[in-house]
Amino acid sequence: MACITDKPLSLATSVDQVALEARAKSLTTRSIKTTSKRAALHLSIRCMDLTTLEGADTPGKVASLCQKATRPDPTNLDVPPVAAVCVYPEMVDYAVAATAGTGVKVASVAGAFPSGLSRLSIRLDDIADAVARGAHEIDIVLNRSAFLTGDYNLVMDEVAAAKEACGEAHLKVILETGELGGYDQIRRASMLSMHAGADFIKTSTGKIPKASTLPVVLCMAEAIRDHADATGEIIGLKAAGGIRTAKQAWHYLVVIGETLGTDWLTPDLFRLGASSLLNDVLQQLGKLDTGRYSGPDYVTVD
Amino acid sequence: MNEHLPVDKTFKLFIGGAFPRSESGRTFAVRDAKGALLANASQASRKDLREAVRAARGAQESWAGRTAYNRGQILYRAAEMMEARRPEFVSVLRQIGVTPKAASKQVDQAIDRWVWYAGWADKTHHILGTVNPVAGPYFNFTFPEPTGVVGVMAPDEPALLGLVSRLAAVIVSGNTAVAVVEGPASLAAITLAEVLATSDLPGGVVNLLTGDKNELLPWMMGHLDINAVDLTGAPKDLDPTILEEAAVNVKRTVWGDSTAESPYAIADFLEMKTVWHPIGK
Repeated sequence: MACITDKPLSLATSVDQVALEARAKSLTTRSIKTTSKRAALHLSIRCMDLTTLEGADTPGKVASLCQKATRPDPTNLDVPPVAAVCVYPEMVDYAVAATAGTGVKVASVAGAFPSGLSRLSIRLDDIADAVARGAHEIDIVLNRSAFLTGDYNLVMDEVAAAKEACGEAHLKVILETGELGGYDQIRRASMLSMHAGADFIKTSTGKIPKASTLPVVLCMAEAIRDHADATGEIIGLKAAGGIRTAKQAWHYLVVIGETLGTDWLTPDLFRLGASSLLNDVLQQLGKLDTGRYSGPDYVTVD
Repeated sequence: MNEHLPVDKTFKLFIGGAFPRSESGRTFAVRDAKGALLANASQASRKDLREAVRAARGAQESWAGRTAYNRGQILYRAAEMMEARRPEFVSVLRQIGVTPKAASKQVDQAIDRWVWYAGWADKTHHILGTVNPVAGPYFNFTFPEPTGVVGVMAPDEPALLGLVSRLAAVIVSGNTAVAVVEGPASLAAITLAEVLATSDLPGGVVNLLTGDKNELLPWMMGHLDINAVDLTGAPKDLDPTILEEAAVNVKRTVWGDSTAESPYAIADFLEMKTVWHPIGK
């Protein structure tokens, strides 16, 4: 099965590393204060995929994560719920039960996360199983082995097959940018994934030390923009891995807003995958509300 | 060119084991008694304070988790490093107006103070903890634990001995410190930071901010992640509403002796925990 695409697919564009990194850095120098700061903090919560992907996850832990996702700050109802919780397939049942009726979606990693290296049929079963359990969104990993070998047809075929297995569920394709070896490759992997049917492209699994960085997200956002210009398709972006502070979060918001436009700054098209970020955002909101610097004693231990 | 061009030291802050400039970019002039410029020191902002508290919080658990013996060794190491740089400390004190004899004596005392508090590291439990007699089949112990992150308003005088006496009493039990130093004492403080950075003291256990105490104190008193505040060197005639802020998270507030050499100066920054344990057969 060869993935057939009649849309223009350019894999030859190379990325100017120096300009990209300089541009990303220049977008971090904005000072965001008072009402804008509060809006940015709320937006980063609304776009958050609150994540737990540990071997030690339990139904109880997932239930408390969902509680937090639904109402991040029980003392302040102005704080919005997050976009989704992100869990392993085995935990989807509990997450679906705990978020029922709240509007918080359930995302599940699937397809031999985080390596993606098992038989395709097993990976597709994994995806179908997560969807059957009620996951609204599926996060799969790109087959880096095939990608780095240069077998782009296989990469696209697998993404297309995964999209089919997803049915109604949204498909996010994790590029694991830290393993691709450079911005040219990241752009190429972005293009391949988008052409093969990804609804979202996502930076990292969070399982390797080289996680999401601002230039990487800028590179992917530019790929999304160019793809939209060429094909008219609107693809979402998820930054994940290593995002721990509110400041980092709004750097991403600025990069997305400046590159793709503010239309992209919605939970439908932009996500921040994180586990500890929410606590930092809540502490920053606490500082805005009380005028006092907060601390980890005033948020939950997850 | 044969002549050596003098290289002056930039006096920066000490946060998390590193020497950053203030994020605000501000500096203040430190002058000697005759008004001559000695240095431009970094003037810390409330955001530097926030970063310092973050560093102190990050370091606290593992510092308290070290054996008392090891903490004592590290304080002793600070004395060793100060001894090695004795002439530099004397010279800094001379610059900020301390007489030669007094400067020499103050450096000696400061070094001795590290050694004195180092010795207390593994003794506070015996002296301050107890086994309580209770009416029941229980062992009942009370023992001291570090309070956590301590904000320190460093005494202006004596510049070096005052800071060392307060810091040693705070950190020896496993607390971490964020100290604010003002005026000419800043030069002695940052020179001390260079000693601490080479004394096996983990980054973040001591953080030193130079700047304006009146500017930083309200933020320190209100900071919810600071557990105790040493007001020994706080500005005089403080607005009491600033101090009331400490009540918001029940901060311990301490007014001590600027050159304290007492186990009770350590006790000021300890919490007493009592444990009941059933006696069985």
